[in-house]
Amino acid sequence: MTSERNSPARKVYLDHSATTPVRAEVLSVMLPFFAQAFGNASSVHRWGREARVGVETAREKVAYLLGAEPSEIVFTSGGTEADNLALRSTARLLRSKGNHIITTTVEHHAVLHTCQILEKEGYEVTYLPVDEYGMVSVESVIEAIRPETILISVMHGQNEVGTIQPVEEIGRVAKEKGILLHTDAVQSAGKVPLKVRDLGVDLMSISSHKMYGPKGIGALYVRKGIKMAPQITGGAHERGRRAGTENVAGIVGFGEACYLAERELAEESRRLTALRDRLISGILERIPDTVLNGHPSKRLPHNVNVSIKYVEGESILLNLDRMGIGASSGSACTSGSLEPSHVLLAMGVPHEVAHGSIRMTLGRMNTVEDIDYVLEVLPPIVSRLREMSPFSAPAASETSGGGRNNVQ
Amino acid sequence: MYNEKVMDHFFNPRNVGEMENPDGVGQVGNPICGDVMRVQIRVKDNRIEDVKFKTFGCGAAIATSSMVTELVKGLTLDEAMEVSNKTVAEALGGLPPQKMHCSNLAADALHEAIKDYRSKTSVAG
Repeated sequence: MTSERNSPARKVYLDHSATTPVRAEVLSVMLPFFAQAFGNASSVHRWGREARVGVETAREKVAYLLGAEPSEIVFTSGGTEADNLALRSTARLLRSKGNHIITTTVEHHAVLHTCQILEKEGYEVTYLPVDEYGMVSVESVIEAIRPETILISVMHGQNEVGTIQPVEEIGRVAKEKGILLHTDAVQSAGKVPLKVRDLGVDLMSISSHKMYGPKGIGALYVRKGIKMAPQITGGAHERGRRAGTENVAGIVGFGEACYLAERELAEESRRLTALRDRLISGILERIPDTVLNGHPSKRLPHNVNVSIKYVEGESILLNLDRMGIGASSGSACTSGSLEPSHVLLAMGVPHEVAHGSIRMTLGRMNTVEDIDYVLEVLPPIVSRLREMSPFSAPAASETSGGGRNNVQ
Repeated sequence: MYNEKVMDHFFNPRNVGEMENPDGVGQVGNPICGDVMRVQIRVKDNRIEDVKFKTFGCGAAIATSSMVTELVKGLTLDEAMEVSNKTVAEALGGLPPQKMHCSNLAADALHEAIKDYRSKTSVAG
């Protein structure tokens, strides 16, 4: 093996759940809003009016993706702020009604850490467990409901393992009980149909940079009639729900990204699902002792997450990177803490197997050739690392074909 | 994140593998933490004649394992006991701060191997 690290045969970006490139069409509609239509959207003059048109047109496009009304869209700095706004606002405004929140153990940290802070402020939070696929059950939601429950927050598509939660069924329960339902749909937006009326959600967080829009912009859908207590106070922007001069270029880009995603959704979703399944079955067939993490079919179309036993995630990522492939891992080494992914642990995956998890998330630019390149490059990397591992099965088992696995 | 020297030892690790009938074996870490290092030594005339390692772990875990084997080959057992995790990290030109504690255990594994050898030889008389 050569040490030619900087010129791999191919470059394959497989970390679209971390972030995506800005689409050319998106970038081109943003550009006029930096130096020409640069006005403050709150200003009365022509510069301000131009910016306002940009913002409101974008709001219509975001609403189009979600099947919502434009007035129900509140722009935020991203998915994290949208999650914070949904939770903190609801907690504060409904304090007189109750202090109990229901969520899951596999939420994004934007929800989990916010819930932990709310607990310190006197709220009670139930963290629902998930099954081996990372799925929460509707029954467990029903059982957790108390008279003082004010909010249920269950993510739509899980960011690490791709499992799609039964939000629609939970929506029916929430509506019947008169409890607000929030969903973090950051990973699902633009990948699967996400109409707020079908899902029966009251609040939904989405983010621009996960769907080929710019970073630093996102939105919270707030069903008409629900009051908001702003977390960021100041002027009367966003109908008093989020103060601060609008990030006009970001909003315009986000709107365009939503429009394009909705227009292409059905076809792109089908294409990604085929690539995803090719990658999953290829890995499970070619590498023994691999396990698919997450649900085999109720799964985001672009998510692949596998545990490769006897090896550690970061060492796989470094080897993949050298071969031009960008992926991520749930190992402790890549999380910046000593613990591996809280999501995999919540699913009952043993620590040592969680350390060997690899997430590959597909996107628009990926092709069948990219997938086949990964399937060519990954098995020898794993063989080499397993030869180095004190746990490994005999090296003879590393040949292709007939791996033990648990899927499909 | 990692410097060139660490990456070199990670991609081209020295002394990987196992030996038959080693004189001493040391293993540290556990799979729950994500790092396990096993070091085997062959001792002749109180010197480390040969050393091999097998490691399950991240880039730093593999690189430090490789480096410690390179540092101690040919040293007396007393000299090898002086090689610390810090010595290994310095020989690699430094490690990211978050890796200093969790993944920098290779010298500990070596010391365990030496202790194992000494305990066997003292029993053997």
